[in-house]
Amino acid sequence: MGLVFKTETFRDDFTFSNSSEGIRHFPFPFHEDTYMYAVNIEPHVKGPVGSATEFAIDVDEHYVAEMEERALVLKEDPLRCQALPHMMLAQWDLLELLMTAMSQDYPEHFTLERDGDRWHWINRPLGIDQHFLFGDAASLPYQPMEYITRQCQGDFCLLDQRHNNLWMDAGIATAQADWSLDFDIGMSFMEWHGPVPLAHELGVFDRALKFLLNLQQGRPVRRLNWTMTINPRMDTSPEKYHKWGMDRTTVTPENAGEKVHLRVELQGLWRLPRSNAIVFSIRGYLMSIADIATVPKWARRLHRVLQTLPPELVDYKGLTRFRENAIAWLSHFDDGAPTSPGCGPE
Amino acid sequence: MLVSGIKSRPVYGQLALDLYAKRHLVAAEGEGALAVLDCLRAVSADVLSRVTILYAGGASAGQSHLDRLRTLNADYCHQFPTIQTLLFRLNGVLTTASMGTRLYASGTEGFIGQVIQLGLSHGVDHHSIITEHRGSLARRVQCTHCKGIIENVTTNVATCAHCGVNLLVRDHYSRRLGAFMGVSADAEEPGSLPASEQMFP
Repeated sequence: MGLVFKTETFRDDFTFSNSSEGIRHFPFPFHEDTYMYAVNIEPHVKGPVGSATEFAIDVDEHYVAEMEERALVLKEDPLRCQALPHMMLAQWDLLELLMTAMSQDYPEHFTLERDGDRWHWINRPLGIDQHFLFGDAASLPYQPMEYITRQCQGDFCLLDQRHNNLWMDAGIATAQADWSLDFDIGMSFMEWHGPVPLAHELGVFDRALKFLLNLQQGRPVRRLNWTMTINPRMDTSPEKYHKWGMDRTTVTPENAGEKVHLRVELQGLWRLPRSNAIVFSIRGYLMSIADIATVPKWARRLHRVLQTLPPELVDYKGLTRFRENAIAWLSHFDDGAPTSPGCGPE
Repeated sequence: MLVSGIKSRPVYGQLALDLYAKRHLVAAEGEGALAVLDCLRAVSADVLSRVTILYAGGASAGQSHLDRLRTLNADYCHQFPTIQTLLFRLNGVLTTASMGTRLYASGTEGFIGQVIQLGLSHGVDHHSIITEHRGSLARRVQCTHCKGIIENVTTNVATCAHCGVNLLVRDHYSRRLGAFMGVSADAEEPGSLPASEQMFP
């Protein structure tokens, strides 16, 4: 499969870019020319070869660079990774899920050997070779959730289930779209979704919660969410908003193609076997709209979605200052031709 | 009563005695004393002999209601000079509290939030704490950038007392922190602030 890990940055000089394989790999989120919130949950089953859903846990060309970025964020702000004390069993569940999936699907990069509780984990891209006792946190250099998520792309939340509700009682968030784990940890499902406009009234969260409370082991699900980010910046946290907010004023009709990035979140949900908690993974993908424009259907569709987006969503997603310029840039790629149904490139 | 569409904000009710409790631990601030009086006025001496009142008088109110609280003849009623000193005592009381203790809180939202926060740290389920909002609508705000807490914020835009960033107060509340979220108000155009309004008088 020949993954070549890129050397690149998500801050300062922003050397991040997608290869042509990376562009085909991108999970474009719009299946039609307009967008509105929906409970767009589907089974997390194997997708096409080369797509972001080919494997349960996707490792791509940005793996090593994203893990370096995560380490930088955690060094500056350790509160990006937190777990309430009762979540230790769920942390081990998560470690097992990720190590198992990564070693099964990418055997040339990751190896897991299990002998009872004695586990041996090899991560070749990051140069890690670790023997440890499953269940003994003292045998790892970090708590289990932090240990494994420092080696896996995407933010993760561990949701405890009690009182017929889900509680965000642990997580790591270093690449989040303007939400704060430190602020939200300990909240219930409706509480942490409190700031989202329109969706409560549409009943989206009621239905989603009901669905998730019944999530079954071995039957993970996924959905896509999206926003837009200026520059390929992974860490668009509220904690650092006063550092990145002004990026939004730097977009012009000329530079929008390079500056404005579609940020897609592939969100996966798994029921965990020992703790009965749920893993909620938020795997982010960035692609400049210039790269999107290399796929004619995607350029037409994104142009139309941005034009018809409800004002509440424009505001909530933080697009107000640059949406017009992005639309102007994309307009050169929209000849008005009809688009085929579905998210695929043709 | 505070009513709002903020999903993460607790719903504050009315103080009502849990008649099955063996000990009633009442924390009140400022005008919260009036809620305590309304709740305990017609209660028997037997019940009052199991009531502890911790009061920070005058914190958010112009006057202390201590004299009126004393007329209740509760088992213990003490006034603390500040909310901080009250919370220090409450922490001590909760450390040795036994099964059957019921916790109550009344006063401003920031005060109730800190009592709930303290309760949580002692393993008290937040659902079990009986609360009533009285007095100012002022918000307790956490600056998301430096994590400092700013007390008694009455405007939608406020300057962080710790790091100096101009904050917009979001309608998002953390029970664990007992605070609303404050996020930079002029990050996109430094110096260009939305009009400050007295939104939480």
